[in-house]
Amino acid sequence: MKILVCISKTADTTAKIAFTPDQKSFLETGVQFIINPYDEWYALVRAVELKEQYPDTVLHLITVGGADTEPILRKALAIGGDAAFRVDLQPIGIEQVATAIAAHVKQEGYDLIFTGKETIDYNGSGVGGYLAGLLDWPFVSLATRLTYDGKTVVVEREIEGGREIAEAELPLVVSCQKGIAEQRIPNMRGIMAARSKPLQVMAAPPEAQQPAVQIDHFALPPKKSGVHLVEPGNEEELVRLLHEEAKVI
Amino acid sequence: MAIFVFADQQHGSFKKAALETLFFASQMAARQQQEVVAVVMGEIDQPQALADLGKYGARRVLHVNAGWLNDFDAQLYARVFKEILTQHEADLCVLPHDFNGRALAPYLAAQWQAGLLTGITSLPDEHGCYQKQVFSGKATAWIRLLPKRQVLTLLPNTFTPTGKEGQAKVEQWQPAQVNAAQRRIRVKEVQTTQGRVPLTEASIIVSGGRGLKGPENWGMIEQLAEVLGAATACSRPVADAGWRPHHEHVGQTGLTVRPNLYIAIGISGAIQHLAGVNGSKYIVVINKDPEAPFFQAADYGIVGDAFEVVPRLIEAIKKYKGIS
Ligand SMILES: Cc1cc2nc3c(=O)[nH]c(=O)nc-3n(C[C@H](O)[C@H](O)[C@H](O)COP(=O)(O)OP(=O)(O)OC[C@H]3O[C@@H](n4cnc5c(N)ncnc54)[C@H](O)[C@@H]3O)c2cc1C
Repeated sequence: MKILVCISKTADTTAKIAFTPDQKSFLETGVQFIINPYDEWYALVRAVELKEQYPDTVLHLITVGGADTEPILRKALAIGGDAAFRVDLQPIGIEQVATAIAAHVKQEGYDLIFTGKETIDYNGSGVGGYLAGLLDWPFVSLATRLTYDGKTVVVEREIEGGREIAEAELPLVVSCQKGIAEQRIPNMRGIMAARSKPLQVMAAPPEAQQPAVQIDHFALPPKKSGVHLVEPGNEEELVRLLHEEAKVI
Repeated sequence: MAIFVFADQQHGSFKKAALETLFFASQMAARQQQEVVAVVMGEIDQPQALADLGKYGARRVLHVNAGWLNDFDAQLYARVFKEILTQHEADLCVLPHDFNGRALAPYLAAQWQAGLLTGITSLPDEHGCYQKQVFSGKATAWIRLLPKRQVLTLLPNTFTPTGKEGQAKVEQWQPAQVNAAQRRIRVKEVQTTQGRVPLTEASIIVSGGRGLKGPENWGMIEQLAEVLGAATACSRPVADAGWRPHHEHVGQTGLTVRPNLYIAIGISGAIQHLAGVNGSKYIVVINKDPEAPFFQAADYGIVGDAFEVVPRLIEAIKKYKGIS
């Protein structure tokens, strides 16, 4: 089996979000970058587990981004994977990422593709579905469990107020979230091994060059006017405020 | 020209997010003198429910009444949708940004060769920009889609449908190129938690953190949720410790929620937690530590011990609601 895991670079969860004075771009100064948690903790770890279960599995990682994403790819390789690919393109939006990855998939051939549920910066939640649509493969989103017996994939996904269990054959694209695997911390051996794993840089295919979206500007949310504190013991006053002032109950 | 909306249903009842999306589309259509067409997949128990979509702004309903579409499948649904959109020479399709919508929208956009913008929270402004939350709610972006053909998803709980009159014209629609034999995902089992408000649809959420000490103390959280008709949620360490199920975990690495009222009990308000909840219209914080960062994001708060405050709050709500 051949598995591809899509990896994205995002700002750290504790990063202070700020923009350039013209509000047009995100200020990267002083910001730490990490592997998107859904990609690292869930998609990648589940793929590594499948390789442990089926040792002849070939596991590749891919990212679409500039040279600044390479430390992220190396870190991902330290958790697992045989080789990494970087499509050299600064993407704006889902279409460009998915189109670039689809071109690689058509060339290289895979059975199973994992993505995270969404990135924690642009929260697009679309790369997996768009990629599946370009490849015309079946797609399961927001998977919380996945097993593979060598032939059939059984996958559980979240739905409104419950879950759904379905079966599918390969090839398949799956977007992963909490539940499907447990976060792994890379060990020293993994980190050493990752240094010598192949990392291939590829030019972006022409069809991925044009962005379909344009970010006009950003803004921070308006500040809250300050908390209205109610004394403990005076819960009836809180209920009154929620009813009369906020009108939410 | 018409705006097409995915009116997602389960066992004949339409999802709240789908009705919000219809309403949103009707607001958009009104500006551009367009009509809204709702697309319904799968069999339905109550045929009247189809015409009733008119109350949410649908002028026409295309019902693809086929048993093999009862279970969701992004690939199959996208193929049917694409056929409908192509036949009607449509340019715009709007879906809810919920579990199925998030799978179908990108798949459809790829197959229909359309631009895609997900999780929008506003109508387009005079520059054609939609607002969308980025950095998991820590900022807002104004984004425009360049291609003429567009697929949008609308974040749940941003538009509240206001009652309209009217009935939609219901038409049966059969795909010519898509059929049951093309299904590659076979649904085996659906488990729903009976009688509970789904977290993503809840207008009130009661959420508990590590300050509650252990799973045995969740009785009062459940009770508070019950008297308010609310859903329950939790912080990440609570789900990680197995005190509560994973699907209750909200925050940057869990679910993003935006209810009208979010009540946080024994949660410190770490930046990763706030990211998933700060779209809530009102936030109430109950925490014994006056320095807890959550108070800075709150509208109302009580500095006090949850084990004393919550039971009294339950009593106060019961009294207000006239429940004894
Ligand atoms: C990459 C990353 C992603 C993360 N993603 C998320 C996420 O998605 N969601 C999330 O929630 N967290 C997330 N976290 C974790 C986050 O940083 C915090 O650790 C977590 O939110 C803390 O949970 P808590 O508030 O329940 O617990 P604590 O921080 O332990 O806070 C407990 C609170 O309870 C109060 N308390 C104690 N006893 C009482 C009492 N008797 N009555 C009233 N109050 C009391 C305390 O004063 C304290 O404020 C993430 C962390 C990282 C590094």
